[in-house]
Amino acid sequence: MLEIKNLHATVDGKEILRGIDLKIDAGEVHAVMGPNGSGKSTLSYVLTGREGYEVTEGEVLYQGKNLLDLAPEERAGEGIFLAFQYPVAIPGVPTTTFLKEALNSVRRYRGEKTVDALQFVKLLREKTKQLGFSDDLLKRAVNVGFSGGEKKRNEALQMAVLDPQLAILDETDSGLDIDALRVVSESVNLLRKPENAFLVITHYQRLLDHIVPDRVHVLANGRIVHSGGKELAFELEKNGYADYVGAAA
Amino acid sequence: MAASVETVDRLRELESQKYRYGFITDIEADTAPKGLSEDIVRFISAKKAEPAWLLDWRLKAYRRWLEMPEPDWARVKFPPLDYQDAYYYSAPKSPEDRPKSLDEVDPKLLETYEKLGIPLREQEQLAGVAVDAVFDSVSVATTFKKNLEAVGVIFCPISEAVQNHPELVRKYLGSVVPAGDNKHACLNSAVFTDGSFVYIPKGVRCPMELSTYFRINAQNTGQFERTLIVADEGSYVSYLEGCTAPMRDENQLHAAVVELVALDDAEIKYSTVQNWYPGDENGVGGIYNFVTKRGACRGRNSKISWTQVETGSAITWKYPSCILQGDNSVGEFYSIAITNNCQQADTGTKMIHLGKNTRSRIVAKGISAGRSQSTYRGLVRMGAKADGARNHTQCDSLLVGDRCGAHTVPYIESKNRGAIVEHEATTSRISEDQLFYCRQRGMSEEDAVALVVNGFCREVLQQLPMEFAVEAQKLVGISLEGSVG
Repeated sequence: MLEIKNLHATVDGKEILRGIDLKIDAGEVHAVMGPNGSGKSTLSYVLTGREGYEVTEGEVLYQGKNLLDLAPEERAGEGIFLAFQYPVAIPGVPTTTFLKEALNSVRRYRGEKTVDALQFVKLLREKTKQLGFSDDLLKRAVNVGFSGGEKKRNEALQMAVLDPQLAILDETDSGLDIDALRVVSESVNLLRKPENAFLVITHYQRLLDHIVPDRVHVLANGRIVHSGGKELAFELEKNGYADYVGAAA
Repeated sequence: MAASVETVDRLRELESQKYRYGFITDIEADTAPKGLSEDIVRFISAKKAEPAWLLDWRLKAYRRWLEMPEPDWARVKFPPLDYQDAYYYSAPKSPEDRPKSLDEVDPKLLETYEKLGIPLREQEQLAGVAVDAVFDSVSVATTFKKNLEAVGVIFCPISEAVQNHPELVRKYLGSVVPAGDNKHACLNSAVFTDGSFVYIPKGVRCPMELSTYFRINAQNTGQFERTLIVADEGSYVSYLEGCTAPMRDENQLHAAVVELVALDDAEIKYSTVQNWYPGDENGVGGIYNFVTKRGACRGRNSKISWTQVETGSAITWKYPSCILQGDNSVGEFYSIAITNNCQQADTGTKMIHLGKNTRSRIVAKGISAGRSQSTYRGLVRMGAKADGARNHTQCDSLLVGDRCGAHTVPYIESKNRGAIVEHEATTSRISEDQLFYCRQRGMSEEDAVALVVNGFCREVLQQLPMEFAVEAQKLVGISLEGSVG
């Protein structure tokens, strides 16, 4: 589904990604772990097309298409979703309005029928029930006054509604207590199916207790220096990144 | 009928005046010749068969206007107005001159109607398509009129009110905005040709929202509209002015005057959505919207609230205001002013607190995009006797892009030690983070801007009557088209 070949990217003139190679197939969950500054968030922003992140070399193929040619909203239309590390607040815009706009934009891109207000409310209720969330987030403005846990719940809900092909979770576990962590992980697991794939970016192994990966990659100094199965995560937790950072330098 | 006998008498009176004052212009003509003169003022008055007192009022205003200097203190720039280069009276278009169907109407205009979700029948009305007299519009208006008559509400063109309710008009016309108030109101007083008159009797809650759409006699786009609304004791009315559809006019200067009078325990809610032609991307050819709107809360416990969404015009210059005379009276001003491309706006409000325990609330949202300039100018004045008076002002500016300007000019004058005035202001830009968040969820950059801006304006949009609110949201999005990238 996703093929990253020798990806180099700079931010503010500084090269952060120095030749990333990564392949993700449908039905898989990949974890990317690494120390601060290794380029984890940069990778997620480059994949989703954020301004200010310049690709200097390499290519990214998504379902055979050249992903780097597409605008952010087009990538979303193609089924790419990013659960932000720090979701931004949008005052005055109710969560339901925001989500309905998003869903209809994506549907329009795919030539599908858009949903009206009533249909959308029905869909939303279904998803919140499926995830075990309460309704109270929905009427409030997007992320305004939300606690860290509420923001991550909101990201999970959006993911459920938009039903992406490839979901990138950028340090989903930052700022979460244990219970919130479990809730968010459960929602990810509920959405997992053979047709979609997940790229989970995280510092800590504990998230991977709940979202069990198929492959784990170590990102250090802008390169993937080692890959392995889920046991690699335990090893990193025990020994730290030192061995791998040395290899990358 | 009594009315036509009176009219004939008046015409005879005017005929004689004609010779007395050397009135030259041929009254039979459909359109006054170009230019402005005392003659033209008389012509307008004669065409409308007005009584002597009104002609007199107009002439006094005209003569005063000649002496008044042009105001130039606002933050708007425009070349000097050529008052002689306009027609001050033109007859409604005959059915032959109008488009026969929407096929004959400018497709760009139709595109905008579509975007705003305006139903087909309304589109025809707006585009001036000759509608079959037997058709809907007449019967809709007739039912409407019947409901109003049943409760004693008067809602008619102001020229009709001059004929049928002269005592009311004479009592209140010019009592809130006197002719000498400012140069443009003065001109309006001399040459106004159209506008609404509304009177709500004691204790009556007007059963429906009054909208200029239902005034079937409104065939001329009102360049000098004069509106007068009087709410008698204990009454309530909600009035909607304008529409979201873009309106064009050959005449560049639009200087309307709106006067509102609320007596004891009465309430007037006045909503405006204005989308006059703003000119091309370089600001050429747009309309100048120089309006004087003022509400007098004469009675105790009276309330007047202004809600406006201003997105059009090359230049918008207006300060809907409230004079809070009656004790416990309340004035409110909710505004969204959007400027894009080369538009300019200098708009705000004046809240004059005279009575005790009077309250005012101001929520002004200004959005600038393109190379436009938007200024909020507000005055809160607490009179010496305004014990316990209180004002809260919140004005927020949002900048889209980096070539536009937003300015705030608050005036606070207080002569009462106990009066409270609170002012909050914010200036912000739409953040990259917000736009990226929306785009990552599938929205285009323009849709993202529209969404964020609608969120910014939400508090004001919620004040609009339902029909307007939905259209206004769409209008906000459309006004910002082309402002990004």
